[in-house]
Amino acid sequence: MAGVNTSTDIGHEMGLHTEPLKGRDIKTMFSLENEGGFAYAFAPDVDFNKRGSVDCEGKEATEINGEIRELIKSGHGTVVLDNPGAKHSIIVGILHRMNFIVNGSLGYFGCGLLDGPMVRISGRVGWSFGENMMAGVCVVEKNAGSTFGAAIRGGDLVCKGSVGSRTGIDQKGGTILVGGDTGAFSGFMMQRGRMVVCGNAGKNLGDSMYDGTIYVGGEIKDLGVDAVPADLTDLDKAWLTRKLTQYEMMPKSGVDHFTKIVAGKQLWSYDNLEPSEKKLVL
Amino acid sequence: MAGTSYKGADIEDVDHFLKGGGIDSEREQIIGQHIGYRYDVNLLPDYDRLTDFLKGYIEFMGWEDLNWLEDVHMGYDDGKPAVFDRNINGWVAIPDSYDLPDNQQDRDMIARELLIKFQMSPDHPMVQLNKAYRKF
Repeated sequence: MAGVNTSTDIGHEMGLHTEPLKGRDIKTMFSLENEGGFAYAFAPDVDFNKRGSVDCEGKEATEINGEIRELIKSGHGTVVLDNPGAKHSIIVGILHRMNFIVNGSLGYFGCGLLDGPMVRISGRVGWSFGENMMAGVCVVEKNAGSTFGAAIRGGDLVCKGSVGSRTGIDQKGGTILVGGDTGAFSGFMMQRGRMVVCGNAGKNLGDSMYDGTIYVGGEIKDLGVDAVPADLTDLDKAWLTRKLTQYEMMPKSGVDHFTKIVAGKQLWSYDNLEPSEKKLVL
Repeated sequence: MAGTSYKGADIEDVDHFLKGGGIDSEREQIIGQHIGYRYDVNLLPDYDRLTDFLKGYIEFMGWEDLNWLEDVHMGYDDGKPAVFDRNINGWVAIPDSYDLPDNQQDRDMIARELLIKFQMSPDHPMVQLNKAYRKF
């Protein structure tokens, strides 16, 4: 790739070199050419129209994930999972475009570490669904457990029903959409990204959030530390309308009634704490 | 700036970080670095400004919008325009020869486009990481 400061030596790329580092940044210059297409260079070539299926009945998660990988290797771009039986840790670590259709429910840590796929689940999901997701789309037709979208970094994570507590804990990007209600401590330690709750939000919404935006269509039980209301702008309304329409979750009353919550940014510096609070921290 | 409510620069001028690097306040001058992001992380994309390249990427992936790229913005590192690549945990500089638009929305679209070109390149560092560490 012309113009990129890279070395062909793998050891150098792994950091095994001795030049002094001046800071945390890695400065690399872009090439303006598109030499690699739209997929990672190591991504398998899959065809959305080539469809395979996995019957999960009587199988462990490792075996199911192994069968999924074999289908991907043979070029299948769409994989249907039947009888998932709420098993844990299924459809994980997929780093390219794919279609997954799950006929049933998933257990804990389903669809973790994804970077690109589109997943549609007809049933429910357990704890920590979509954790650490980088990109892609996951749509859950029914309810989800706690820590839905934990530490998500990108992509759209959609639950058309209600979700448990601590939704989007440590969210670092991406969009979480909830059609129903969300439990306590949703948006806890949120750092960036967007969370949309069409129903009600439980106690301590956005507690200790550093950045990011939360939109709530219903009632908010109460706000957490440093979560503050903000004005809903025209860009917010346009984005909400687009996103909710896309997933067929648009409320009949529109989006004008949504409350926008952002970080007050008082936690950005301990120097700003009141002396009494500082004493407690110390 | 102990005891005040300073929370980083309010970004009103699109070239703020190109002109001064964002070291504005007394506190920033003491520590020698800018406090906070060098761009508005909460800025939502204006879909009327999508480039043809980004439309092609969205179609290829089978999505209906920018998806993870909604969180990508043009930032400013060391006084130069750049975009942060989460896969290498570092800033990728935009060439000096590149003409920057006069608004952040168009700059963000350029940053998204260039980041895709960089990440999908066969020379991206993640290709080497993939060879070295991928387990299956």
